[in-house]
Formats: sequence, structure tokens, C-alpha cells
Amino acid sequence: MPKRKDLKSILLIGSGPIIIGQACEFDYSGSQALRSLREDGIETILINSNPATIMTDPSMADHVYLKPLTTKSIVEILKKHPNIDAVLPTMGGQTALNLCIEADEKGIWEDFGVEIIGVDIDAINITEDREKFRELMLQIGIPMAPQATATSYLKGKEIAQEFGFPLVIRASFTLGGAGASFVHHKDEFDELLTRGLEISPIHEVMIDKALLGWKEYELELLRDDNDNVVIICTIENMDPMGIHTGDSITVAPAMTLSDRTFQKMRDMAIHMMRSIGDFAGGCNVQFAVSPDDNEDIIAIEINPRVSRSSALASKATGYPIAKIAAKLAIGYTLDELENQITKSTSALFEPTLDYVIVKIPRWNFDKFEGSDRTLGLQMKSVGEVMGIGRSFQEALHKATQSLEIKRNGLGADGKGYKDYNLILDKLAHASWDRVFVIYDAIQMGIPLSRIHEITKIDMWFLKQYEELYFLEKEISNYTIDTLNRDLLLEAKQKGYGDRQIAHMLGCLESQVYNKREELGINRVYKLVDTCAAEFKAATPYYYSTFESEVTTPDGQTFVENESVVSDKKKIVVLGSGPNRIGQGIEFDYCCVHGVLAAAEAGYETIMINCNPETVSTDFDTADKLYFEPVFWEHIYDIIRHEKPEGVIVQLGGQTALKLAEKLDKYGIKIIGTSFESLDLAEDRGSFSTLLAENDIPYPKFGVAETADEALKLADELDFPLLVRPSYVLGGQGMKIVINKDELEAHVVDLLKSIPNNKLLLDHYLDGAIEAEADAICDGEDVYIIGIMEHIEPCGIHSGDSNATLPPFNLGDLVLQQIKDHTRKIALSLNTVGLINIQFAVKDDVVYIIEANPRASRTVPFIAKAYKEPYVNYATKVMLGDKKIKDFDFKPELEGYAIKQPVFSFNKFPKVNKNLGPEMKSTGESILFIDSLKDDEFYNLYARRKMYLSK
Amino acid sequence: MKYKARKKAVLLLADGTVFYGKAVGGEGTAFGEVCFNTGMTGYQEIFTDPSYFGQIMVTTNAHIGNYGTNNDEVESGSVKIAGLVCKNFSYDYSRVAADQSLEDFLNKNNLFAISDVDTRALVAYIRDNGAQNALISTNVDQLEALKEQLAQVPDMNGLELASKVSTKEPYFYGDENATYKVAALDLGIKTNILRNLAKRDCYIKVFPFDTAFEEMAAWEPDGYFLSNGPGDPEPLKGAINVAKEILAKELPLFGICLGHQVIALANGISTYKMHNGHRGINHPVKNLVTGKGEITSQNHGFAVNREETENNPNVEITHVHLNDDTIAGLKVKDKNAFSVQYHPEAGPGPNDATYLFDQFIENIKLTKITTI
Repeated sequence: MPKRKDLKSILLIGSGPIIIGQACEFDYSGSQALRSLREDGIETILINSNPATIMTDPSMADHVYLKPLTTKSIVEILKKHPNIDAVLPTMGGQTALNLCIEADEKGIWEDFGVEIIGVDIDAINITEDREKFRELMLQIGIPMAPQATATSYLKGKEIAQEFGFPLVIRASFTLGGAGASFVHHKDEFDELLTRGLEISPIHEVMIDKALLGWKEYELELLRDDNDNVVIICTIENMDPMGIHTGDSITVAPAMTLSDRTFQKMRDMAIHMMRSIGDFAGGCNVQFAVSPDDNEDIIAIEINPRVSRSSALASKATGYPIAKIAAKLAIGYTLDELENQITKSTSALFEPTLDYVIVKIPRWNFDKFEGSDRTLGLQMKSVGEVMGIGRSFQEALHKATQSLEIKRNGLGADGKGYKDYNLILDKLAHASWDRVFVIYDAIQMGIPLSRIHEITKIDMWFLKQYEELYFLEKEISNYTIDTLNRDLLLEAKQKGYGDRQIAHMLGCLESQVYNKREELGINRVYKLVDTCAAEFKAATPYYYSTFESEVTTPDGQTFVENESVVSDKKKIVVLGSGPNRIGQGIEFDYCCVHGVLAAAEAGYETIMINCNPETVSTDFDTADKLYFEPVFWEHIYDIIRHEKPEGVIVQLGGQTALKLAEKLDKYGIKIIGTSFESLDLAEDRGSFSTLLAENDIPYPKFGVAETADEALKLADELDFPLLVRPSYVLGGQGMKIVINKDELEAHVVDLLKSIPNNKLLLDHYLDGAIEAEADAICDGEDVYIIGIMEHIEPCGIHSGDSNATLPPFNLGDLVLQQIKDHTRKIALSLNTVGLINIQFAVKDDVVYIIEANPRASRTVPFIAKAYKEPYVNYATKVMLGDKKIKDFDFKPELEGYAIKQPVFSFNKFPKVNKNLGPEMKSTGESILFIDSLKDDEFYNLYARRKMYLSK
Repeated sequence: MKYKARKKAVLLLADGTVFYGKAVGGEGTAFGEVCFNTGMTGYQEIFTDPSYFGQIMVTTNAHIGNYGTNNDEVESGSVKIAGLVCKNFSYDYSRVAADQSLEDFLNKNNLFAISDVDTRALVAYIRDNGAQNALISTNVDQLEALKEQLAQVPDMNGLELASKVSTKEPYFYGDENATYKVAALDLGIKTNILRNLAKRDCYIKVFPFDTAFEEMAAWEPDGYFLSNGPGDPEPLKGAINVAKEILAKELPLFGICLGHQVIALANGISTYKMHNGHRGINHPVKNLVTGKGEITSQNHGFAVNREETENNPNVEITHVHLNDDTIAGLKVKDKNAFSVQYHPEAGPGPNDATYLFDQFIENIKLTKITTI
């Protein structure tokens, strides 16, 4: 069936601010869907309140509405665009589906003659209402775990009596497993039941018998109008049932499924998708398999939409699920579409992998003091990384290297746990360090059978870990001089970093690198091509590995490398790695724009990133995508292979910036602001000298390395003091202290958690107003793109503050100081590119808190509010392609734009919700108001001190 | 348990290209035609599939052997491939239902395997240069001698292999009181075909590849089946004659893979050796009758000539392969006969096309009713 002719204008609903359970994967899916619809000449209208997204760029849709995701906004849009034929709600996560249902219940779609495409309402209702879903499944012969619904406390108690423990309680109509919990014992039951009922918008919970320890799988499906169904990807959770899939280490393809059991599961998935409704689009199905010789398969749930897993599956297989799902929603059938990677074969097929991907979630428990750090039914991670390798071990190592938690991979860094009881406890209570603890346990000599008994992780995975451990032990018998080629190659093939091997051999990383060079053990690049090389692929999506040699008939020996280097001039953009608090989707937005701008300036663009949720890792974004850890060894090898003109580090947040020093040391050109300037801005001593030289005020400060020094310093600086480690992100470890006792305690704490770090102590300007400015500088001219004023007083992290653009009550004198200081600092730092400066305003004096010569969290916000492509401009300035004076700046904003942080505290019920210098929000939204008389602003202003921690 | 060092090994192609790897188990040398399978599950089914007789199998999945082997999940009584080439070999497996490790299974079947080969480069090479003879060996220092031995291996083109894998004596499968009797000509039949027929109330008598039609007819079957199998279909004169007779008598006939090619040949349509064949469990086929797509299991190095089929007034193309438009299924007009190039019985692979067995049963019912 060809494309429907009657769909000319389509409304797409975005997913709103980033929260735990709904992150930038929906920017990826939404962007793909918009592009896909526009390719077909369809008018697209988008609603999303999240300004830090690519999808809300003016170029992405014909009409972009940065409005709150409410039915009120929907009605406004539909009134303005009476020609909208259909709404596509499957690209914006559960938020979009819920809004779609609400609008449907209110009759809005009917009133405006708008058809729902990509899903049908019945399907959403059936899959969200666990009772109905269960009934349907049993009706079509799909087994489910024993389960019952309770709409009251009393009913819940009855069910528990019947099923016995352990149980699972899940709240209906919630996201990311909110309100879901395990109940192991009777005495926990009352509290958890009550919470589940409260959290459910319809006061309903499902109680299931827990399938603890069953193997867990996810299948990603696509179906077209002609009822053709294909399975795009099968993902195996290394962590079995009991840990939310968003918090599980997952692997694709499935590693431990026989064909017989897999085909049974495949048939069930297809049967389930066909039975929940008649729609064309994507679907995610989860199954549990009994870890015994029956291999019983039980359905857990089905989501009739694009999901976090489908973003992962798209990156894992190269099959762009959202892009194709959008095409299917407008009537195309799979057999009419082409495989987007090979461009020569059919889209009606199932990708096959000749590599392995491992996804590891990224947690931020450190930001949620007092939170329960045990993983369970409720998702707690804030981001994820994916490693691609030619074996599970290589992929696992790459994923651990991508996490940026100061580990170089598994083992071989002396950082593992060595306490037997601690390890046993950590095995039993999985947390952020799960992936490492298994290795530590093996290293400690704990039998695999015991590890399996505690964790229920399939023995195959544990054996893979064990093999790594044997290899590490074997290599440790050698020195850098005695190590042979085979063993070194094997270590590299299994993903060990040079640093880890250096640790095993007791030598320097550079010695291992040189030895590799000498022995010709070089990284090669392979393609992600959906078809295991069966067909030629036209898409430049690469990962690295180490391979065995090939000798041609004429006697030439080589290792095959599929990444052919062009003779064009090239630019590498370093990505921002996994999402985390303080470094989220904003930086991916910046990277994507950097890539696009560099392409406009005539460069071949090369993106390096390891976050599967993002637009930057869409193979359609850069000319070449290296899906690799943003980890020195990998980056250096790519740069050596590609020989780019330079590397852009100022768009990928702290992740990319941290690598500037090493790049500089190795003589690789940093595009834009030089490493010296970046370093100068970070070094408080030199930076304050620079400020003093320019007559710019700053709060009194000092640097301490011990508690004694800090206490001495306190006498000079006066309390309150702001204490923080240098070189950190999102205010990590930052705290305001008001007396010596608090100071001592915090300093000791910091030195313990981040040893060998210098501590910065600032006099804290109590009661000051905070403001920030972002600017572009070409070394000669400075253009301030925006000044924002925080609504909350100084002391709350800028990422957690509500802020207005432009400022709402700063006087001309203050604004002039901000502008003057910004210009002076940008120029004296020799900034080339972006700079963000944070100010504290007290008694009409503007003090500098800090300056960051890089893209900041607020840049995308300002770009959206003023409708100007600032990152694009800044990138061209960095590249020397354009000067400030070449641009015609025309910011457009009537009234004010308010940046509103969004928190995910509901995932951490016992956590202190007070705000302070350490950032805790996970996302943000934008709100446009005409004047300060707007109620929204008034409310924010009135409550500005409510959450300030004392 | 400790670190395990392994012997070096090579894969040598007839054109002289060498791929380096390591031996999975002991020492050895194995010869065959190199081919690859892109399935991510079902290695055991692949290795025991008679259609792969004489092939050196390259598995593209990153790991092989993870779930061991199970005595029930076989497609014939023994390993049929000539050798195995893979990337990562799992010596340790994990599956409660498994009977042994893949290593033990291969040893028991005397199959030589090598791993740690850049299988991706190898697949791309076969894709670009076509299927050819190859050997795998641990005699890495004697490449010249190996090259000479390899030159002696006959070309697959024109090679009749069904006789090597077919049963020597007829045998029965299924319940003898079943409603339908099906006579199957064994050109290298997969057990899952028998399972699928038996499940549909059939009692099957499996005949050796060189059985004459009369002998099969003497059993008074309700329908005839021509099986899959290895090698070139053209030398199978006996089987082609059997097909001709069944068609002439308008009896219910179903052919799979090699059987499909035999039916085409019986209609005067030629077959040809493909560049590198179709081998995997993700192949898209479109059913031209229903307009629907199906994901299929495929394993063939020969195919039916498309142009001749289109110009042949007696046959109709019912299925096409969506990637390259080759013929995936056909129907003999005004006869009770149809065939597919792919494997509706799966094992391994998806079950999307099992409806074809139902169709065969329906065809049998039609004649049964008309003859009664």
C-alpha cells in the first residue's frame, strides 16, 4: 500500500523535559520522525516544551510550538492549524501517549477532525491497563505471571495473602516504573501498597507474583498497514528479572537463547502486537524466560510506541526504527521501503549483527543524598552508554570505558573492591557498580556458581567475565618486554585499554601503545550495516576493533579496515558521553549543531560519541560516525586514522573539554579557544589575576588542599563559604558552609571522595542575585547572545534555578557591568567560540562567579527563545570561517522566556528535595510569557526561596 | 581453570587468499566450498542441515556455541557441514536444556573448526568474489602443500551431492494412523520438514533420492514431497523424472529448496549457480498472491532462472525475494503442485511461512475428496 494521499499535515507530540525514564532518546525519535515525514512532503507541526532539543529547531518542522504539553496548548495549535489531518503520538514517550489519550477523552481530536496515526487508542488503553492486557493475553494464549488488580488497600492485602511473597506492586498509568516495587517480606507490604495506590493517577495497582531471577528479553517490532511484522532487535538483559530494564546492563543480540526458544518468543511477540489493535508503527515487547529446562516464556508488557529500547535497538542494529515507523504511520508498507543502510535491499527484513553491543546505564546517586541506591523495579539511571565490539567482552569493556566514572574498564586499575563481605553484599544488592563488582568477586575467588546463585546472572556472562580475569592474570606474568604479540592482540580484542594492560605489566600506557605500534596491533574500524556484510552498505557508521590478518594471493598481509579516509579537510566533534545531571541533552544539541555548521563550512564532519539515546549518534547526522567511548585511547586512534584539521571540544560539555589538555600535549589542534585559555579559566588563581588586572570584582576566595589550610583560609574569607572541588561538573560536591565545624566536615568528606583534588573556597555572597551571560567571541569582537537572571537567590545551582531571558529586574547599571565584564573576560581569555559567565549581583555590584569558555547549558535555551542559530554561528567562528561582524543578529522575543528546571525526585522518595549549589534537576522546559504580570512568573517569584537549603 | 592458549590455524581460499585464526580444538584440515550464514541463532540446526553438505560454514554471529547443543534440535542424524569458521567460539555454554557443549558435539562428529578469524572481512570477500572452494587447517607452515590439495577438490557446479546425504533405505516418520500419507523423496531432507508434516496429521514415508516414481506410488500416498538438499540440481535426473510423472498425473506435490529447483527443471526451466547464494534466517520474501511479506530461513547456492520462468506458460511465480527479485516460490498452473526456494519449516529461523504446509494439506484434501 503506498503512502496515504489524505495525510498532508501532521502534528507530532514531543516528550517534554528530560526526566528519569524519559530522556533524549525521544529527541532522537522525534527528530527522525519529523525528517521522515518531511521527506514525503508532509507539513509537520511539533509541540514540545523542551528547548534543549534538536527536534524543536525551526528547521526540523514547518511549525514548532515550544509550549507546555497540555490539552490547552493542543487546542490552541489545532485552532491555528485547522488543516492538521492527523496526530502522531508515538514518538514522544509515555508523556505524548498520555496527552493523546487525554485529548481523546476530551473529544479534542474528534472536534478538529484529527486522526490518530501510528497507534490506536484501544491499543494504548489495553497495554496501559494491566487488567485488560492480562485478560487479552490469556484470551490469545500468551502466558502471564499470576497477577491481580487492587483499587483499594483492602483488596491489595487479600491478593498478597493469596499469592504469597515475593511480590511486585506496580502502579497503573505511570512512567519508568514509578511506584513499582518488590515486596520480599510481609512487613514492607503496607507502605509500598499505599505508595503505589497514591502514585497511580487512577488509584490502581497491579500485584504480580515476582519472577525473580527469570531471564529477561526485549523485542523491538515494526508493523505496517498490510500486517507485515518484523523484529528489528532482540535485547537480552544481563541482569535478570528484578531490575528495571532501564537500569539493567543489556546486550544485543540475545546471547543465551536457542533458536527454538527465540522463534517461540518471536511468534508470541508478533501475535501480541497483532492482537492489541490494528495500527502501523513500532512496538516493544518484554518477556521473561524461566532459567530451567522448560524455558517457559511469559509476557511482561508491550508498549505500542517508540521507546528507549527502540532508540538503543536503532543504534545497535543500524535500522532507524523511528524513521521507518513514521513512514509506516502514513501508509507505506515495509516492502515498499528500502533498507536505510544498504540502500539496495528491502526494509522488510530483520537486521543481523556480526558484533555485540552492551548498554550500561549511568546513575547519579551522588546527587541524591540519602537515596536508596539499590536497583529494582523503578528506573533510577539518568543516562546510558553503549559499547560496540566484535565480542561481548570487547563491547563490555568499551561500555565501561564510556561511563566516565574514572574507570578504565573492568579490573586492572587497582580500584576494585577487596572486602569479601562487601562484595557479597553488593552482589545481592545491585547498584551503580554492579558491572564492576562481578569482576571483583571473580578476582576475589568467589565461585561462579555462588555469584550466579546470588545474582541469577546467566552463567554464560559470568564465564565471559572469568575469561577476562584469566587473561589479566596470564598477562600479569609478563613484562612489557616479554609480552608476545598473540597475547597482546588477544587483550586488545577483548577490549582492554592500553592503560589497563600497562597496569598489568607495571609499565606506562605509552609503552603499551608503542609496543602495539611496533607489533602492528592497530585498531581497525568496522561498519554497523544491518546485514553482517552480506550486502554492501552505503552508510558510514563505524566502531573499532582489533582483527586477525588476511594475506592476499599476491602475498600482501593486512588487517581489514572498512573506514576509508577521504582527502577532504575534516573536523572531529567530541560528544558529551552519557547523560547525567549537569550534562545532558543540551550538549548533544550543541554537538549536532557543531557538526552541521562545520559541514556548511565545507568540512567533512566526524562525530565521536557513545550515547545511544542521542541525535549526535544518528548515522544521518555527521559525515562519519564513530560510535566509540569518548575515552582518550579511542579518540587518539581515530584522530591518527582520520588526520583531521582539528578537534572541537567546546560543544561536548566537560567530557570533551577534559580531553583538551591531552590533545594539546599530543599536538592535535583544538578548534577555537586554545587549551591555555580553557585552562586559565579553570584555574582560579590565574583567572582571578586576570580579573584583577581588568578591574573586575570577584568574591574573595582561596585554594586549600587540606582541612587545616581550609580552616585557616576561612578566617580570611569570612563565612558563609562556598566549598567545592576544582574541575567538576554540575556543582558536584559543592556546598555552602556557615561555620568551621561544617567546613571541616565537608572538606574531610570531599578529600575522601575525590582525593588529590584542590578545593576552592569562595566567600559566599549571601542574598545576592545570580545572573549569567552567554557570548560568542572571535578574538576581536564579542557578541552577547543572551543574559539571564535567576529567579531564586544566589546559592541554588544555575541548572536548578528558574531564570528569565532577558533579566526581569536588573537595572541598567548592573546590565552594563555584566556586558562590560563579559566582553573584557571573553577578549582577555582569547576566546574563539562560546563563553558562559556567571555573575552574582549584590548592592548593584556585579561579581564574577565563574567563566566557562565553552557551550553552556543555557545556549540552546537562548537560541530557541531568540530563534537564532547561535551554536552554528559560534562553530563557524571557531573554525575561522566567519567573524562576528559577518552575522546579522536578529533576536526575536516578545516578553520573556522562562527556563524552568524539572526534577525527578519522585524516583527517590526519601531524598531531601532542598536545592543548593549542587545540581539536581534532570531537565528543563521553556515557557514564554508576555509580561511579568503573568501568573506563572508571579508564582515562581513568590516561591523562590522555598526549596533553598539552609 | 586458567588461561587457554590455542593453536594457529588458517582458512585458505582457492584463489590463494589466506585468513588467519586459531584452531577450536585439535589439529586437522577440512575441505569444502566456503559459504556464510548470517543467522544469529540456530547454529546447531545449521550444522546438521544436509543442504550444507560439503560446505565450509562461516557463521557471522559474533559468538557461536553459547547455549551448547541439544540432542533434539538437530536437522539430521549428524553434522553435515565440512568445516566451521567463526569469530568467537564459546567453550563454556549455558543452558539447562543442553546435552553437551558445542565443542564436544563437534568432536563427536569429527568436525574441524577454527575461530578468531576476521569473519566480517571474509564475508565481504565472498560477497565480492563469489563462492569458491576452501580449506581450513592447522598446518599453517605448509601453505603450498595445502594449496595443491585444495586444487584437487571438485567444483560445486555440476556436482551431485544428494546421494551423499540421502537415506539408503526407505523409512517412516509420524503416526501410521495419521489421516494423510505423504511420500517424500529424500534429497537431503531436514527433520523439521518431517516434524511439520507429522504435526499436520501426516504419515510420511521417506524414499532414497534415486527411487523411481512407481515405487513411491506403490505405497499409495495422498501427496508427494520433494525435499531440500545439497549441490547442483541439474544432475538429479531421477528426481526430475519423478517430478515430471507426479505433474503428469496431477497429484499433490510440494517442493522445498532443491525440491523446488527440481520442479522447475521438470518444467523445462533451467537453474544456475548464484554468485554467493542466500544463507540466513532474515530473508524477505513477498507472497505475490496475498501481497504480504514474510521473513524466511534460506539456504541455497543455486536458483531458478527468472526469465525462463516468466516466459514459461505452465508456471506462475508466487513468491519473490525482496532483496534481489530472485524467484522464491512458484506454482505449476492447472496442477496441484507448488514449491518454494526457502525453508518454511524453519529450524532454524522464523515460522512466518509454515502456512505453506497447511496449503499442501489443503491441496491433498482437494484430491482426496475428488478421488473418493
